[in-house]
Amino acid sequence: MLKVLFFARVREQLGCASLELLFPETGLDLDGLQQQLCDEHGEGWCDVLRQDNMIRAVNQVVVTGNTTLSDGDEVAFFPPVTGG
Amino acid sequence: MKLLFFHLSPEADMKQPPLITVQVQEDNFDVGLLQAGLLAGSSDEGAIATFTGYVRRDNDSRTVETLELEHYPGMTEASIMEIARQAAARWPLLAVAIVHRVGVLHPGEQIVWVGVASSHREAAFSACECIMDFLKTQAPFWKKEQGAGQEHWVSARHIDSKRAARWQTDSIE
Repeated sequence: MLKVLFFARVREQLGCASLELLFPETGLDLDGLQQQLCDEHGEGWCDVLRQDNMIRAVNQVVVTGNTTLSDGDEVAFFPPVTGG
Repeated sequence: MKLLFFHLSPEADMKQPPLITVQVQEDNFDVGLLQAGLLAGSSDEGAIATFTGYVRRDNDSRTVETLELEHYPGMTEASIMEIARQAAARWPLLAVAIVHRVGVLHPGEQIVWVGVASSHREAAFSACECIMDFLKTQAPFWKKEQGAGQEHWVSARHIDSKRAARWQTDSIE
């Protein structure tokens, strides 16, 4: 399984805080996962996930660019952070 | 968002690793107790620098009635811990404590506290400021303001990224 989390503005725009996906036997990378979410949920999701400054994290570490995913990974999509 | 800029100082290499504590919580905190906690069990401190952040009533000319803070449980704590570890690798620190609140807050309430203990003030001042700059730009927290019947996700500010980027050069020690 893959766990996918959405935070803050992204969570509200998608109307979804988290979901789980079966990890495909053929393997999957981060860009592939994003495309799969687009395909399954429609153009609205594509637009949200493609936004400028979208931050993607795998297993709670921010990644820049694409990366290979493994079964059991936790992936998160979130906007730039504003704490402090 | 990887931290690549810190270099190990010779002093930091030789000393015991500093005690680092990180708390993300809904409850308010007592800065007196937190500062006393930094001193506990050691008499080497010559300096403690602290920072307390509060909820502003007016932000970018909007009146704030409530401020809601969201975080990413697990990643947020790990991210703050990493920021503190990087600071401890750069300056000779004795103890670091960081508390950040989440949930619904109101103007005037405390949001964040950073305390740094060191033998000398230079390291305490610099590490405290550096930790705050990176906490603002790297730790996964998101603020949503509510006021005058409207909600608004706070945008990341370029000035915060610029402040954090200053620490990547050797110009501040």
